[in-house]
Amino acid sequence: MPPKSGHHRAKNVDYEEDDVYSDDDYYENEEGGGMTDEDREQMRIGAIKVKEALNSSITVSDSQIQEALWHYYYDVGKSVTYLKNKHAPATTTTQPKKQKAVSRFDQAVSAASTPKKPETGEQSAFLMPPNRIKELCTAPSLKCTFQSRRANIKDFDTNTGASECWASAEYPCLYPIPDVMDHVPLSAAEFFRDTPWLNVPTHRLGEITVEPLFPRGGLLGGSSKPSKLAALAAARKKKQEEAKNATSTSTDPGDMKAEADKAVALLDRLSVKSKESASPSSALVQPQPVEQKSAQSKYPSRKRSQTPTTAFQESETPTPEPETSAPVEIPHLRAGPSMFASTLCGITPLPVKRQHLDSTSFPLPYTSTRGFTDTNPFTGPSPDDIVLSARVKGNKSKPGPNKKPNGNKLAESVEKLSVEEVPKVKSKNLNVVEEFEKSGMKRMANFVVIGHVDHGKSTLMGRLLYDLKVIDQRSVDKLRKEAETIGKSSFALAWIMDQTSEERSRGVTVDIATNYFETDKTRFTILDAPGHRDFIPNMIAGASQADFAVLVIDASTNSFESGLKGQTKEHALLVRSMGVQRLVVAVNKMDTVNWSQDRFEEISQQMTAFLTAASFSGKSITFIPCAGLTGENVTRKIEEGKASWYNGQTLIEALDASEPAKRSLEKPFRLTVSDVFRGSITNPVSIAGRIDAGSIQVGDTILSMPANEAGVIKGVEVENEPVDWAVAGQIATFHLAELDPVHLRLGDIICDPKKPVTLTKSFTAKILAFEHVLPMGVDVFRGRMSAEANVTKLVAVLNKGTGEVEKKKVRIVKPGEVARVVVQLDRELPLEVGVRVVLREGGNTVAAGLLEMCS
Amino acid sequence: MRLLKQQIDQKHGSGFATLLPEEPEDMWHAYNLIQPSDLVRARAIRRVTKTSDSGSVASQRITLDLTISVTSTDFDVGSGQLHVAGKVASENEHVKLGSHHTLDLELQRKFTLEKGDGWDSVALEQLREACDTEKRADLWAVVMGEGLANICLITEHQTILRQRVEVPVPRKRKGGLDGHDKGMDKFYSTTLSTLLRHFDVVNAVQADKTTPLLLASPGFVAQSFLAYVKSEATRTTNKPLLALLPSILVAHSSSPHVHSLSEVLASPAITSKLSDTKYARETALMDKFYTFLRQDDGRAWYGPKEVEKAVEKGAVGRGGGVLLISNALFRAQNVAERKRWVGLVDRVKEVEGGEVRVLSSMHESGKRLEALGNVAAILTFPLEDLDEDDEVNGGGEGDGNEMVI
Repeated sequence: MPPKSGHHRAKNVDYEEDDVYSDDDYYENEEGGGMTDEDREQMRIGAIKVKEALNSSITVSDSQIQEALWHYYYDVGKSVTYLKNKHAPATTTTQPKKQKAVSRFDQAVSAASTPKKPETGEQSAFLMPPNRIKELCTAPSLKCTFQSRRANIKDFDTNTGASECWASAEYPCLYPIPDVMDHVPLSAAEFFRDTPWLNVPTHRLGEITVEPLFPRGGLLGGSSKPSKLAALAAARKKKQEEAKNATSTSTDPGDMKAEADKAVALLDRLSVKSKESASPSSALVQPQPVEQKSAQSKYPSRKRSQTPTTAFQESETPTPEPETSAPVEIPHLRAGPSMFASTLCGITPLPVKRQHLDSTSFPLPYTSTRGFTDTNPFTGPSPDDIVLSARVKGNKSKPGPNKKPNGNKLAESVEKLSVEEVPKVKSKNLNVVEEFEKSGMKRMANFVVIGHVDHGKSTLMGRLLYDLKVIDQRSVDKLRKEAETIGKSSFALAWIMDQTSEERSRGVTVDIATNYFETDKTRFTILDAPGHRDFIPNMIAGASQADFAVLVIDASTNSFESGLKGQTKEHALLVRSMGVQRLVVAVNKMDTVNWSQDRFEEISQQMTAFLTAASFSGKSITFIPCAGLTGENVTRKIEEGKASWYNGQTLIEALDASEPAKRSLEKPFRLTVSDVFRGSITNPVSIAGRIDAGSIQVGDTILSMPANEAGVIKGVEVENEPVDWAVAGQIATFHLAELDPVHLRLGDIICDPKKPVTLTKSFTAKILAFEHVLPMGVDVFRGRMSAEANVTKLVAVLNKGTGEVEKKKVRIVKPGEVARVVVQLDRELPLEVGVRVVLREGGNTVAAGLLEMCS
Repeated sequence: MRLLKQQIDQKHGSGFATLLPEEPEDMWHAYNLIQPSDLVRARAIRRVTKTSDSGSVASQRITLDLTISVTSTDFDVGSGQLHVAGKVASENEHVKLGSHHTLDLELQRKFTLEKGDGWDSVALEQLREACDTEKRADLWAVVMGEGLANICLITEHQTILRQRVEVPVPRKRKGGLDGHDKGMDKFYSTTLSTLLRHFDVVNAVQADKTTPLLLASPGFVAQSFLAYVKSEATRTTNKPLLALLPSILVAHSSSPHVHSLSEVLASPAITSKLSDTKYARETALMDKFYTFLRQDDGRAWYGPKEVEKAVEKGAVGRGGGVLLISNALFRAQNVAERKRWVGLVDRVKEVEGGEVRVLSSMHESGKRLEALGNVAAILTFPLEDLDEDDEVNGGGEGDGNEMVI
């Protein structure tokens, strides 16, 4: 590479962005500025060659040659073509012929029409006998036009200088110039010599076709496409070669003359029955300018032979034209020429009709005026016309049988396509309920961990997971370290559950954390609820997914008391009103009160009193003393001597003793969306939530309410494991398809499209008041959903036990009373009779209720 | 609103007032003032068609002063536009008497109002209030939660929800933590850009008067949003926004919904700063009423009939009697209905000597009152059985073992 000047480099910066240009760098540089020595040398050699090539036929000045060379990057061949085109317009007609002498067709033409032409003999040598191909390619079936081309060049190399120049003209851009100048073109056989597949048995060898080389279209020289004749001829040749290969691989092709004769015969055939040449078996490599470009800088790549395209049909249509000057009916055996072709060549698809029209209907003046058409009886088609057109139609329908099956096939295939399109997600059509019973799955239970803030809910759960080896030692150590660095070492276990940065920095659980563990009997899902009063909506969301609850109480002095006024009470009431029956009370932080039995008893008594008042039945409450931070009585028994008074269950045993909740499997599918997220790249829309009722499997169609948009279940995950189905009671993740995430909001109901949830704007509910209830604005909570609403009417106060109306015309519902109220929602929501809702106002839970009537 | 001319006979209430609305809030006043059967005279553009003697029809738009007898009013809260529909009440060379016309009252364009039934005490009070030129305290508030923000403008007489921002925020979940953080970031940026579109930051900070911005949320969302605003202001060196930062208040609300504004406005942190505004007073008053109601000692009553009875019995009088009434009642299309309420107000004020507070139905406090039937009263002495039904039965306290719910 010549040394670059600064100027060159600057110029190259622009080009280097483009990879296409990187290969041409060499030439670019030369083009860039003043000539280097090498350039001059090339220019000199090039000029000589061009002169030789041009011979005496055209007189061109040296400067013109140099200019041409300069523009063609010292490409002698192109320059010659250009110069010839430019300076000898008279010879241009013959010149292309000469160039296209490669093509068999042209050979044939020249052999047939101008047998006296002195070049004929020589040119016939251009013809590539098939056996030569075989010689070059060791594999007989290896068909390689490229090789034949190279072989031609070799022939020419031994011939005159003119042919030499022709060769370079013919292969202007395949190789870098030095190659052309050395006259040692590389044959494909040589090129592939060291590749192992040349030793492969012949029958297993593939077919290599290299695109035929045609003069490259350029700025100044010739058309970018080969002439139609050339293309046609190439196709013919290919076909012939193929035929030869197929029939007589060993046959000697005979001498050149015979070949030429054959070509003539071919031409004859061609001119009469053009369709033959278009037979799809003939493999033709379409010359494509783009590919040629790529061939400039690369070695010819292996190409599959292409079937003829419309471009090819176009190119052949002109051939019959001169012969069919007399109207010859060509049977419609093939598809008609393309619109472009017919426009170009003036062949209408219905020649008969045209003929008729030509002879009979000449436009008359005034025929287009309205009055004329009204009066003239001949404006309509004459009976003859009708007959004729019917005939034409009949003619048209003749090739029908050929076409029709094809069309039918197409239609069929289209139909098939559309059928295949519908089930994007294939359903296994399982009977989920049966499957569920068959699976003999372990008992499943979801429990929510509730309690006042800082009573140690998250830590206790972290301890549980850690002791059950759900969380490995390493991650706990890591969390310990992190917690110590910010001076909150006691939070390490809680951080197993509290994962967001905000939760960790503030030391408060904000949102529900979900985790899984398994005992011998049951698979548990932990829903760790936040204790802070601001996040009670999140806690409600968690509690709505739970089968039972674990109430964590701080045993240390004052903490329990403050909790009883605060969220210990509120949470307990909430979970009760959400339908949770069973409660495990974990009296936590027993280590801080030295495992005092008195304290435990005191707490137990107070809580029992409160909880039974909140209508938990006494036998469904279990009290467990434990210490989350140290882990005593969580999964292992308390160390000897510390609390000899207690010999009951550990926390985990108490959890295990819980009765499995009943599942409403047979009801229509309902799921409350508690999270909408992007599962992964393949699952852009994912939702999570507890299945309230029914069952679901992959491939099922679902309906999202209140958006009323349908979607398809693409995948189901339970406990982060992909499964085929899920049933009520499970907390699962669903990957959805055909549903835009804008239609999904937290708290939406996903339901069975056959039995959708009704949307309601106003409902009557039976409520248990925790605070005074007036006609007022409230927030209605149902699972994750929260909505603005108004209590519009206090219908009646009811008897707690019997549910009978005690008092109508209620002015205010006092805490603890049961009342029937009408609630008006701000927007329509999917609520059903029997659904449990929570009414909150100003940060307090005002009431919990059961929907009695929707309107 | 500027009072340009007033000729009202105090005795009979006849006469007219010419008013010039100057700011959007004045439209709200005009809406409250203009009643059906009133006469409104204002400039109007009307298309007038004329048929000439030859029968050709020519139509043209002309500007003219029209007096109409109001049949209905229509107020658009969002844009603060008031349309007054009625029949033309005074003949004009272009418009026939009795033909219909809808006047679009506009800012900086005077109109004359003549009361059909005369100016009553409430109307006069409203007029006085409307023309009160004392400095008005506007407040912008963003009540927000995770993924939901309500941008409100609180003016002296209205709370206008300007925009509700809802951005889906993925919940915390294993392995998807950045989803939550990203979602929150997106939520903050959406909220801020929306807020800046509505809230004229450049004019908000002025030497004499700074419009405060109130951020309220449960949990830490408001604090985080403030931190976000700060970092954004510094990052983009948005000077007006930086200047606004000191006047941003952060408060606690229990929910991200608009109605928790009442709770926010009642919180001590806010009342100390915005004590003497009408909405703060109204909110405090409603809270007081609720407190009495919860005590259930018969001193707080709500509902039209009950309150009327209490007034009859003289319980809303001197020494703490307060009548709370929403101005929605005075906008009643029915004249008799309006008279009923005006009469009640007059009686409490003049006969009983009690206090009357007309609450704006556009505020949260007014909305709370609306839920109670638009009228409530704090009595000077306890009254029972105002709801005239059977016996008041207090004995519902539960001895039921099994709950209905």
